[in-house]
Amino acid sequence: MGSQLPSLRRRPLSLLGMAPEAGSVRDTDWDGVRLHIVTGKGGTGKTTVAAALALALAAEGRRVLLAEVEGRQGISQTFDVTPLAATEARIAHAAHGGEVFGLSVDAKAALLEYLQMYYKLGRAGGMLERFGAIDFATTIAPGVRDVLLTGKVYEAVRRRRDHRAKGPGAAPAYDAVVVDAPPTGRVVRFLNVNHEVADLARVGPIRSQADSITALLRSPQTAIHLVTLLEEMPVQETVDTIAELRAVGMPIGGIVVNQVREEILSLDVLEAASRDAISRQDVAADLTRVHVRATDAVVNGLLTEARDHAERVTLERDEADVIERLGRPTYRLPSFSEGVDANGIREMAEMLMAQGMA
Amino acid sequence: MSVLDIDALLEDPQTRIIVCCGAGGVGKTTTAAALGLRAAESGRRVVVLTIDPARRLAQSLGLTTLDNTPRPVADINHTDGGSLDAMMLDMKRTFDEVVEAHATAEKAEQILANPFYQAVSSSFAGTQEYMAMEKLGQLRVEADLDPENPRWDLIVVDTPPSRSALDFLDAPKRLGSFLDGRFIRILAAPAKAGGRAYAKVFSAGVNVVTKTLTKVLGGQMLGDVQTFVAALDTMFGGFRKRADHTYALLSDRTTTFIVVAAPERDALREAAFFVDRLDEEEMPLAGLVVNRMYRVSAPGLSAARALGAAEELGDEDSTSSTGGWERTAITQGLLRMHAVQAEIAARHESLARRFVAGHPDIPVVEVPAASGDIHDLVGLRAVGDALAGK
Repeated sequence: MGSQLPSLRRRPLSLLGMAPEAGSVRDTDWDGVRLHIVTGKGGTGKTTVAAALALALAAEGRRVLLAEVEGRQGISQTFDVTPLAATEARIAHAAHGGEVFGLSVDAKAALLEYLQMYYKLGRAGGMLERFGAIDFATTIAPGVRDVLLTGKVYEAVRRRRDHRAKGPGAAPAYDAVVVDAPPTGRVVRFLNVNHEVADLARVGPIRSQADSITALLRSPQTAIHLVTLLEEMPVQETVDTIAELRAVGMPIGGIVVNQVREEILSLDVLEAASRDAISRQDVAADLTRVHVRATDAVVNGLLTEARDHAERVTLERDEADVIERLGRPTYRLPSFSEGVDANGIREMAEMLMAQGMA
Repeated sequence: MSVLDIDALLEDPQTRIIVCCGAGGVGKTTTAAALGLRAAESGRRVVVLTIDPARRLAQSLGLTTLDNTPRPVADINHTDGGSLDAMMLDMKRTFDEVVEAHATAEKAEQILANPFYQAVSSSFAGTQEYMAMEKLGQLRVEADLDPENPRWDLIVVDTPPSRSALDFLDAPKRLGSFLDGRFIRILAAPAKAGGRAYAKVFSAGVNVVTKTLTKVLGGQMLGDVQTFVAALDTMFGGFRKRADHTYALLSDRTTTFIVVAAPERDALREAAFFVDRLDEEEMPLAGLVVNRMYRVSAPGLSAARALGAAEELGDEDSTSSTGGWERTAITQGLLRMHAVQAEIAARHESLARRFVAGHPDIPVVEVPAASGDIHDLVGLRAVGDALAGK
């Protein structure tokens, strides 16, 4: 990773207002959080960041569930495993015996499971299916789909390792659940859907289920992390989403600045490049000595590239300042020039651990 | 590789609707706005329907409020007789307008006041796709009100930031299958006069279903849902006809789809899905725009050669007697920076080539990455030039 801009130093833990849980193996910024929701503008790499976070959380022998909710199979492609099903399957081993399980949450499977679990429907379940009620609920009725998807996530967070065990002391099935959530444009509506439903269903079983989900999503056990690039639009969406989350009272997590480019040119070279103050003759002479044909096209091309690069760096600095002013714990991940494969995810996981995200 | 000829497309009077689709974050809205501007400045009367534009892009089009009304974009070049209007979709207002247009005043009031309707129309995901379709249909009707002197002769649509680019295409069909389904009739039945008798037409299953719904939803919510469905029932015919009509419009030869992608694995995969799907549905596809292609200004110098030269200069410095100061530091920096950029450019090219190899018949145009974000007409014009290969 390149030299860090001073403006993106990590915030001290005390600013988070969260005491690290006693007995935890390592101090991280998010001790006590069991549900990590990862969002970001399209194209910022939120799926790879969610995958890396899951691997990082699974280190030291922990069990972590990585769930996607949009049926895109982004996780299986990231880990290069067979497409995920609506049942949980192990997709990766983490360092020191940890395990990551993958799940592509499917609204229809979640609904049937929910009905079976809470209502013991039997024949009526099949009847609902035959009459198109299941299809209606999961594809057409707006909102229901999101209720089911968040409901399944809720169930996974609350599940006990031993299903008969009760009470606060019972070990959970997963030490943490990481959700590859919808992008920033839709995430607040997605997460807040149970609150909307609670307005509709004033009493009854749906109401109590929705209330429980809303309570979890607004508790300190949840953190909503935002992935961004140092570009104007993703940063603006990060700012907007944080404001929206704050307005509905949901817990804002950290900011992951992804695809940070290595800084090659020093500040004074960048500055000279932007003022067009680099000597053409010197550059041409240097190139000629090492047998690069210093044509005007090559020399001017290099200087143009440097000037464009300086412009980008200035914009990136401005965006980094905007992120810093948000006052959230911030993590940086480098750009992988060949794209991110399964090994890249592991490298990213280590970097997140080194920076204290997990 | 065949090249997507944007100007030919924009100048063809047969092109009446252009739909820009693709994964989130690839620059769909910018592409739609740039296409609209270019068409307008070449003499077309254009309206651009944006769904959820970034704030500064919206401002560049003069869109400051989300008011569902097409408004003229100031400062465009009108010399060729064209015009450009732009609007942002207001999903709730569009839904309200549909209700008001299709129901009696009394019924409309009843629907608009229903809590289930209010939730569906304003805050739930999925409604956006229906309403984008609805709005497109409305704009088309409005455009042709006076066939001699159409208000717009080209509509450019930006698609919603959906779960998948395919959602937009599927919205009318889903609505249709719902309206044809038995379930809607079950929901509507008990609220109708003589509902019991009506229910007897079905098997005893209806009772099981209704009972289960009551158990799961609770009586009050089911009541709200039923009132909502019953109230909408009278206008469903119109709704359905329009959804079918809009779908037909999309497959019409005056419509054309432009798939937008970024030179990244995921965005290109989504683009490939969409291209295949359009082909399956026999929808008219103009081609693919690969946005934000990284380009170097000194393409004659390869990454490997640049790195090698930088190392040689480094060796030269370390053996010279200039007292530790790297005399050639600047040139080395330029060469190393060029090497990194040339590698990114090469990766983008290889990703684009891979798409072309898999879809040899799809016309493609590549748009180079700008060094900054685009948020004014000057920037949009530059994108338009790049789209046209100029």
